Formats: sequence, structure tokens, C-alpha cells
Amino acid sequence: MLVLEKNAITEEIEESIKLHGNNRSALIPILQDIQRKHSHISDFAQQEVARLLDIHPVEVYSVVSFYAFLNTKPKGRNIVRLCQTITCDLQGKAAIAKAIERELNCKFGETTQDKKFSLEFANCLGMCDQGPAMIVNDKVYSHLTPEKAVQILSNIK
Amino acid sequence: MHKKEELRAPVSQKPHVVEKPENIDTIGGTVTLELNEKKVTVPLGTTILDACKENNIHIPTLCHHEDLCVAGVCRLCVVEVEGMRTLQASCAYPITSPIKVHTSTPMVRQARKHIIDLLISEHYGECYSCFRNNNCELQSLAKEYGVDHYNFGHIEKPRYEVDKSSYSVIRDMDKCVLCKRCVRTCIDLQEVGVLEAVGRGDQTRISTFLDKPLADVVCINCGQCINRCPTGALRANDPRDEIWEAIDDPKKHVIIQTAPSPRAAIGEEFGQEPGLSYTKEMTTALRRIGFDKVFDTNFTADLTIMEEGTELILRLYKALVEKDNSVKVPQFTSCSPGWVKYLEHFYPEYIDNLSSAKSPQQMFGALIKTYYAEKNGINPEDIVSVALMPCSAKKFECNRPEMHDSGFKDVDYGLTTRELAQMIKEAGIFLPEMPKSNFDNPFGEASGAGLIFGATGGVMEAAIRTVYELITGKNVEDFFENMNVTPVRGFEGVKYAELPITEVGPVPDILKPLVPNWDWVKGATLKVAVVHGTANAKKVMEDIKAGGKFSECHFIEFMACPGGCLGGGGQPIPTNKEIRAKRAQAIYNEDESLTLRKSHMNENVLRLYEEFLPEGPCSHKSHKLLHTHYTERGKYIA
Ligand code: SF4
Ligand code: SF4
Ligand code: SF4
Ligand code: FES
Ligand code: FES
Repeated sequence: MLVLEKNAITEEIEESIKLHGNNRSALIPILQDIQRKHSHISDFAQQEVARLLDIHPVEVYSVVSFYAFLNTKPKGRNIVRLCQTITCDLQGKAAIAKAIERELNCKFGETTQDKKFSLEFANCLGMCDQGPAMIVNDKVYSHLTPEKAVQILSNIK
Repeated sequence: MHKKEELRAPVSQKPHVVEKPENIDTIGGTVTLELNEKKVTVPLGTTILDACKENNIHIPTLCHHEDLCVAGVCRLCVVEVEGMRTLQASCAYPITSPIKVHTSTPMVRQARKHIIDLLISEHYGECYSCFRNNNCELQSLAKEYGVDHYNFGHIEKPRYEVDKSSYSVIRDMDKCVLCKRCVRTCIDLQEVGVLEAVGRGDQTRISTFLDKPLADVVCINCGQCINRCPTGALRANDPRDEIWEAIDDPKKHVIIQTAPSPRAAIGEEFGQEPGLSYTKEMTTALRRIGFDKVFDTNFTADLTIMEEGTELILRLYKALVEKDNSVKVPQFTSCSPGWVKYLEHFYPEYIDNLSSAKSPQQMFGALIKTYYAEKNGINPEDIVSVALMPCSAKKFECNRPEMHDSGFKDVDYGLTTRELAQMIKEAGIFLPEMPKSNFDNPFGEASGAGLIFGATGGVMEAAIRTVYELITGKNVEDFFENMNVTPVRGFEGVKYAELPITEVGPVPDILKPLVPNWDWVKGATLKVAVVHGTANAKKVMEDIKAGGKFSECHFIEFMACPGGCLGGGGQPIPTNKEIRAKRAQAIYNEDESLTLRKSHMNENVLRLYEEFLPEGPCSHKSHKLLHTHYTERGKYIA
């Protein structure tokens, strides 16, 4: 990593700390800030967060690895999370997955070549009565059909 | 904003200790509860578990360890508390009201049984091929609860690769029960921060930063995690096979040096009470096993005092009299390889404060393949040099690339107390019944000063006994009753002492080439500190960084392990507060029973200087063989 890039991340974390404080309990909001901006939390960023909060890097990694919405590896600009839990499954999640995969030419668990989308399965989103459901970035979409899902993704920049 | 210290280690991460109120009748000082229908009174805030212990009620535990903070994750210690809807974890329940507790109801027994069955269903490993066989808390629990089949099935394939990357600690996560004792050890007790729970749900495992091999992260090899693990998931890198092979090879001359702490603890492996020394029985056992020579590491501990003490005098002379800014004070001890690596990772800017003197283990290594080999006409290539140590970090130390000053690998294997006990058993020997014998020449018996290296404060005390006498020309007994330098003894995490030097004598011959006179120390006060456990080391280092009181010290002893070497990661399991105190007592008692108790009076050491290092301590040749250098490692992982 370039030294310049490193300093930029450090500065960003320092900004986050100004906002959330440097208590151990500020860890998650700080990680979310980084995740939002870079769509992942790099090895270096994890160690910088640890240094600035005076905790150990492995503690940061422990938290990052626990939460499905925090990533350690770079992802696409948009993250699609399709619910795979039983209700959505019964309501036709498989067909939707297939449609999306065909449309983007990319499998679930992977990122498109142009880095536009990453596809992931998620567990119950709490929309069971309106399944199948998915989240694209921060937005929830329900009552999906294969056509509707493809349409939604094609509207995303 | 919080102060740094509060931030790092909140009270919740320290062991739960309830002091007995001075006056037990104070209102609110105690609470009376019903334990299995019997009324008992305990200090307010005592956990149900401790109340049960006091009253001889056995409660099974797994994640609980008295050196560590409460975790309450295994739930084995559950009990019924009347009025509560669910079972309560007794280790995590401080008593504050007159509750009624039942420790053996059908619900309690069934819950415990289920927990054990569930743990075993995921436990891949077979007891007969496990180093914890017969000393494993999971195994004992299974026995206690009469497990005779796999109630919830049993895992058939290993899930993880064994991490053998480290010279010191091997991690076999298939045997892990996720009690997080190692995590609390590494993070809270030692504050190194290598291990944490990673992942979630059934993917949860104990791992390192980015799941790197242990050798690639900031692990200091202290082995404290091994000592607290209830199962065989963590173990030391065991060189027994290689050592047996060397012993069985008639061409090899196999020698062993034995550090001071193992002898004060090895009896425990043979079912003896903690606190008894088996020095002379051990030397016999070692010969019967087949070691050609048995030496005492205390000899090089004495030598370390000569070298490190001289180095200290030189440093102070250069810094205070010659005003040489390149010389760093305080001088830090360097005999604990765990501490050395800790400093290399976390405070690399203080590398020059570390004494350049090698640890006793490595000094011995360098001498055996030079001095000893020459003197006895043995080809150093044929020597296999083993070091019996209470320590897992010593295994790493002997593998440091710079430790080849004899022209060979100075120490071939570091062997822990546990591993030696195993070898003794394999040889069919019951240690406590061995006849007594002495250490071999030419190193012979060493001083009590070398012996007390095993306890926290010991290196400092040994150094004071010598430096005081060299400077004042008087007996140290004139200053400290019975030679016991009590200000630097005891288990307080950080000890600080000021020792005024009120008078000086003539410069002794051995130091004449180095300092002209003692006038410059007359009336001065020697400020020293003693620190054990890297969490305490961190406090002191932060103070030094901030220019606090410890930055004005002249000499600081650091040991990586709580209690010093006697609490090392290679010592018998379990190790706890009480056992550490008993081992320390064993060491101090043995010291008091010796006539030779000062390093500079050790005639074998003086003869070594005469015959082999005629230019004295810290001379060119001694630097080549007995001193070393360190590596700035830093803590960032690429
Ligand atoms: S860790 Fe304990 S239960 Fe598991 S194989 Fe080893 S001795 Fe047996
Ligand atoms: S050996 Fe020490 S530093 Fe390494 S993981 Fe274990 S407790 Fe942590
Ligand atoms: S490695 Fe040992 S101490 Fe650590 S969580 Fe697993 S069983 Fe517990
Ligand atoms: S199962 Fe899909 S939202 Fe609940
Ligand atoms: S010993 Fe109490 S919960 Fe583990």
C-alpha cells in the first residue's frame, strides 16, 4: 500500500474517533464508517483502529469476522444480499438467484468483473411475510420476482 | 475521553476478587444464604462458586480460572437459585441477597451432562494420543459425569489444520472447547493480544489476527495460554523424540543444563505437594535417563550477573560521568526471552536499553560448545546441548538465528519441565525416590543468587548482592539482613526500590580495566524496579515513555510470566497463585540453605574468567560469546 493511502486512512479513522470517541465501545461505529466508505476494512485499517483505540488488532478482527456486514476483502461498489432463509426459500429465492446470476454473469459469493456488484446470501431479513426479499446496499426490496430483481439491479449505477 | 489505562483493561477484565471485610460484623459486609438447605455466611459479592468451594461443595467448571476474569461462557457450573427462571452460572453470580441455592437437582445434573455431551460431540481427538491424557479438564468432566457413549454423535474428521509454525506453541483447534481461557490470558493477563474468538456460530474458532500462523504474529511465546488451557488444544513444541534419539546415539555427547525453576516444580508432576525442591533427585534421574553430563544453569546465572552487573556499572559510568548520550539508562534485563520479544514488538525504540548480556541459557550454550568442548577434547559437532527450562519461549530463543556464537547452534533443544517429567516417566523412574547427586564439573555447584533467578525479583536481588559488594567492599549482609533483599521480593506486579550507596571501597581487580574509582557513585541512590507479567511491563514502559518515575530508574528487571520463571509456560499444569507462591518459597528456602549465595563468589565462575576470559567481564571475547543483539520487530503485520 502506498504511504499516502495509509495516511489517508489514518486520518479518516481519526475523524471517526472525533465523532464516536475512543472508547472500546466506539469500535463498531468506526468500523461501519470505514466499511461504508471503502466497502471493506483492510488489514492496515484494522491495525490502525486497534492502535487508535488502544486495543489489539486481533480484537478488531474478531469483531469484523463476526459481522456479515463487515468485510475484510474489497467488494464491488454495490452489495446485493439475497435472503436464503426458509420462508424466502419456499417463496422462490432460487429462481431469483438464478436470474440475477444470469443477468450479471456472476455467481453468488463473487464480485462482477467490473466491480459493480458483489452477490451474497444473507439470513432472515425480517421480511418473511413479503418474501422473497433482498437488500441492495442499504435498501430493502420485497415481493421479488426474477424480472423485478433484474429490473432493480439494472437501475443501479 | 477515558484515561488510557482504564480504556485498555476495564475492571471487568480482571479476576473477580472479594476481600473479606476487616470486621465481619459490619452491616452490609456479609450476606447469609442457603446452600443446599444449609445456612452459610459469606462476604458480600462472593460468587456462588466461591461460596461452594468454602463449604466443600464441588461444582464442575471449565471456563473459570482464578487468574482470569469471569467469562461465564461454558455454563458447566450452573446451579438452581430459587426464584430464578433459568439456571445460573455460579462462577458469574455474585451473591448480594439471601438467596437459596441448590447445586445438585435433576435439572442441574441434566444441563451439565448435556453440555459435556455437546462439547464431546464436537471434540476431535483421542485421549491416548494427547499430551493432556490424565491431566485434562474435559476428560475429567466426562469421567465425573460417567460419559460412556456419544449421546449427541461425534465428529469424525478434523476441522482444522494443526498450527505448528511456532517454535514454542502448537495449536490444535480440534481439541478446543472455546472456553476462551487462552484469550483472556493473552489479552487481559499478558496484554499481548494474539488470540481471540474469530468467526461466528459453528464457525467460531480461536485464532490470530487475519488467521495468520502463530509464528507470523506478535506472539511472545510465553506459553501462559498453554498453562491455562483446560485441554490439549494448546501445547508446547515438544523435542522429546529428537532428544531420545540423541541419547540413544553413542556418537553423541548429550548434555543438559537445568534452570532454577523446574526443580522447584517438577515434583508436582509426580503427585507431590507444590513447594518442594527436587534438585538432587533430578540430577540423578537425568543421568539415569542417559544424559552424559548434567549442569546447573545457575552457573551461567552467576555469570550473567557478572556480565550484566558490569554492563550496568559501565552504562552508569558512561552516562553519568562521561555524559555519553548514546548510552541508554535504565538498563533492562534480558534473560526472559518472552519479555525480549515483547519489547522487540511493542517498544522497539527501547532496544538499546536491553542489556546485551545473553540469557543464562544461551551463555551456557555458547560455553558448552567452546570452553567445555576444548577442555574435554570433545568435538563440538558431537555435542547435543539440551536446556531444561520452565519456559516455552526458551525454545524460540535457542532458535534465534544469532545464537550461533560457538560456531554451532549454541543450544540445540529447549525442554520444558512438563516434557522432562514425561521423559523421566518413560524411563520408568519415580523422581521423588531417586538418590541424591550433585551437578557435574567443571561448572559444578552454583550460588543461591543464581537459583533465585527463578522468582520475580531474583535477578535484581542477585545483582544487588554482587554490585553492592563490588562497590562498597563490604558484605551485603551488613545492609540486608541475612542477605535477603526483601524490598525486591514478593508478587506485587511492579516493585520499586531506592537503595542508597553511602560508602564505597576500592575498585576490585576484575573491574580495574573498566572504571578508575567509585567516587562517582558515593552518596548516590540506586533506583531499581522489578516487573513481572507483560501487562505490568506495559504499564512501566508507558510510564517510561511519558518520562515518569520509572524513566529515572537505573536498572529494571522484567519477566514475561506472572511470578517470574517459576510461573513459566512450561511448568506443570495447573499453575495458579497459591502454587506460584509455594514454588517461590521452595526457591528461597533452597537459597537460604546454601553457603554460597553471591554470584561473584562462585569460584567456578572466577576460574572460567581466569582460564577462558582473562580480560574479564564485558571484554572483547566475552562480548563475542556472552553478549548478543536484538531485532526491531514492530507490531504491524503486513
Ligand atoms: S484434550 Fe482432553 S479430552 Fe481431548 S483428546 Fe486430549 S485428553 Fe482427551
Ligand atoms: S504464548 Fe503468550 S503471547 Fe503467545 S498466544 Fe500464548 S499467551 Fe499469547
Ligand atoms: S485453546 Fe484451550 S484455552 Fe483456548 S479456548 Fe480453546 S480450550 Fe479454551
Ligand atoms: S426468511 Fe427471508 S426475510 Fe425472513
Ligand atoms: S465455569 Fe462458570 S460458566 Fe464456565
